Amino acid sequence: MSRDRTVNVLTVMLVVLLASGPFLPRWAMFLSTVSLCYGTVVLGMMLLMRTGLVSFGHGLYYCLGAYAAGTLQPFFGITEMSIMIGAAVAVTGAVSALLALLLRKYRDIFFAMLSLAFSMILYGLLVKTSALGSTDGFNVTAETLFGVRIAGTAYERYLIFAVTAFLAWICAMGMLRYLGSHRGRLAEAVRDNELRVEYMGASVANTIHVNYVVSAMLAGLGGSLMAISVGHIDPEMAYWTTSGEFVFITILAGTGNVLAPFLGAAIFETIRSFAYEYSPNTWQMALGITMLLVIMFLPGGLWSLFARTRKAG
Amino acid sequence: MAAILQARGLNKNFGAVTAAADINVEVERDTVVGLIGSNGAGKTTFLNMVTGYLKPTSGTIRFEDRDITSLSPRQITRLGICRSFQIPQLFGTLSVFDNLRVGVGIVASSGGKWAGGVDLSEGADEAVERMLERFGLGEYRDRAAGLLPEGVRKLLDIAMAMVVKPRILLLDEPTSGVSAEEKFKIMDMVMEAVRAEGVTVLFVEHDMEIVNRYTHRILAFYEGRIIADGDPAAVLNDPEVRKYVIGEALHLSRGEARAES
Amino acid sequence: MSQLLAVLIDGLIYASWLFIIAVGLTLIYGVMKILNIAHGSLYSLGAYAAASLAGYWFSQGYFDATVAHFGPGYEAIAIVASYGVMALAAVLVGLVAGPLIERGILRFMYGKDEIVLVLVTYALFLILEDMIKLVWGVDPYFLYQPYGLLGSFDIGDLTYPNYNLLLFAVAVIIGAVLAWVLARTRQGKILLAVIHDREMAAAQGINVGLVYFVTFTVGAMLGALGGALTAPMISVQPGIGAETIVLAFAVVVIGGLGSLPGAALAAILVGLVRAAAVHYRPELDLFSVYLVMAIVLIARPKGLFSTQEVRKI
Repeated sequence: MSRDRTVNVLTVMLVVLLASGPFLPRWAMFLSTVSLCYGTVVLGMMLLMRTGLVSFGHGLYYCLGAYAAGTLQPFFGITEMSIMIGAAVAVTGAVSALLALLLRKYRDIFFAMLSLAFSMILYGLLVKTSALGSTDGFNVTAETLFGVRIAGTAYERYLIFAVTAFLAWICAMGMLRYLGSHRGRLAEAVRDNELRVEYMGASVANTIHVNYVVSAMLAGLGGSLMAISVGHIDPEMAYWTTSGEFVFITILAGTGNVLAPFLGAAIFETIRSFAYEYSPNTWQMALGITMLLVIMFLPGGLWSLFARTRKAG
Repeated sequence: MAAILQARGLNKNFGAVTAAADINVEVERDTVVGLIGSNGAGKTTFLNMVTGYLKPTSGTIRFEDRDITSLSPRQITRLGICRSFQIPQLFGTLSVFDNLRVGVGIVASSGGKWAGGVDLSEGADEAVERMLERFGLGEYRDRAAGLLPEGVRKLLDIAMAMVVKPRILLLDEPTSGVSAEEKFKIMDMVMEAVRAEGVTVLFVEHDMEIVNRYTHRILAFYEGRIIADGDPAAVLNDPEVRKYVIGEALHLSRGEARAES
Repeated sequence: MSQLLAVLIDGLIYASWLFIIAVGLTLIYGVMKILNIAHGSLYSLGAYAAASLAGYWFSQGYFDATVAHFGPGYEAIAIVASYGVMALAAVLVGLVAGPLIERGILRFMYGKDEIVLVLVTYALFLILEDMIKLVWGVDPYFLYQPYGLLGSFDIGDLTYPNYNLLLFAVAVIIGAVLAWVLARTRQGKILLAVIHDREMAAAQGINVGLVYFVTFTVGAMLGALGGALTAPMISVQPGIGAETIVLAFAVVVIGGLGSLPGAALAAILVGLVRAAAVHYRPELDLFSVYLVMAIVLIARPKGLFSTQEVRKI
């Protein structure tokens, strides 16, 4: 899909989401919000995967973002949504910038494993921190949005949904722009041949570092939005199976277009919410089989299917 | 005339093996220099030291007035010394266009720090199109680089070094693994591009016909030393060179022919 | 002083357990270059199978009948038979699940990137986790009997069930047998040839497919044995595989992927560190394991026992 076309689709989707929001049943709005949160995280995973890296520890930033937003209330008495989100992005940005100094030297399985170790360190800390509710976590509420009280009002759900949709739109547009930029194009070059990138005068370490931080901040943003929408956070967000879900959606969706992560997240969340209700003990199996099929027959993910039929038609 | 590249007393040891022994070379601007020698004679080691992939055990390398001995490959590339590879180093999943586009992008985003710099007046994409045309890669524009025939891979590999507008171009066996008809085509294109851009060239090559036809000067390597240095005719007729370099090359090619028959 | 001793003993017991669950993982990686997330499921399968089979053995009175049959003084026969039933469960799991996974799925994936293979085994993990739920349900199983059969020993004022000694013995025996096979037998030589260079080994007439098949089956059996031996010490329920596989990852990554002595050393290191954490700073319990993992990976990116590869132009 061409860039202009993607921009159009993204904007139309935002308008449709914002306009239809007030008429959506509560469960559908919740499902959309959660999908957008996950989609934002996976958008970052997509960038990382384009750079040739698979992280089995992005739950670290997802969780960190959620806790950064959530702990503002108990520690500082802050419940303003914009500050909560800003704090999440700032904290994950800072932490990832530091960890990237180490991680950028690692590739393949070793990158995946060191990421995993970092996320499990956070998990291990949180489950033993009784001040933050240990394994139970604690509740999070955004009382105000830009100073206007939203908690408990009739439009609370819609506003959280709208903010999430708007931020996801900004992220997708930003990512689209970035991927088309000189710097953004380096991602796939690094994945294909690091040696050549250096011999063309660009820094592999620098490219990985920047893309890692961007992906971490997106995970942090997604985590904070999730915390606010769900109203509850717990250490499970940093557990490796959460990171595994992000990897799963990234593979399922493919890395071909910035729309793919949101498509993948929407499919994933829809299956999850329905399967959870009707067949709680087989839905992971369905996921696993889907993943095997995608790896075997659709290496470009669902998006490649979509892109192909588009081209053919 | 001022040397653009100058190597002084270069030594390189790998454990007990000497890969370079007291190499002293000055290369003048806008010349084409051929590096010959049998395998393990030190040609590629020399190339690797100039591009910063290997650090010499002792000695210095200067580019214009600057000591580049301790710089990284990336820094050296950014000064304008670019190289191609014996085994083409491409971005396999990207199209031919995108392979070159990456290089143009790197130059474009480097601001004023870049030594060479591509003409971006008509935009980055246009600069890539010109490059595709110059190297006759137009028909492969949208093909994945990983799926190209070997001759085209070689050409793209060299084009990727040229796209960032080098001051010095280092080619590592530009015609190895390429058919007899293709090798002159490749070299003609490279030389035309080089003349148009004003680039100094050093290239490693086993094919004496190519070396003789395209160089102004030849450096002959043997056991890490330079045993002859001068104009092509003189070097190729040097008795030592005939004995240690060409003789072996002939021997080698006869041996290969035997093995094939 | 007694606390130090307790750390040492607890550490060694925990190390034994870690080694048993990690050894199959590192063996499979060493030979097949597959970091097998589904190893966690094989562990669960082993635990469930042991809980069912040995549970049946005890609940149907076979244990008591055996004791009665041989008369007083010969209880040892019944005890050994009980452990034999548990081991049999593990062997059965290995013999069924190993070939099924290797022949049914993995062999179609050989040659793909290591990280893709990780994702394949992640998909298998998801599938197996639900299969387990389908077969055994979500309620916990308890197999407490074998834990107490061997009595206990006292050190100072601390009491340890002798079952722990069994764990230690099993770990030592597995390590010794594998080391012996690798160093002294023809099969070991073949294995080492495949580890060193798969293609070269194939060119020399080694049946690599068969080596993979046997390795995976043995590895699966070892994973199941880990689960079977753990079953008496825990409540067997969903999630135990996910919990264990990350610990096993930590051990094999610290030791150096594919290294047997590395896994042993790493198990001891992690075992002692965690025991120390539990005794001195309980809040750092799980955290300490992954901290060690991160520190080792940072200091030695490929683990304690590793061979560095050099890239050539």
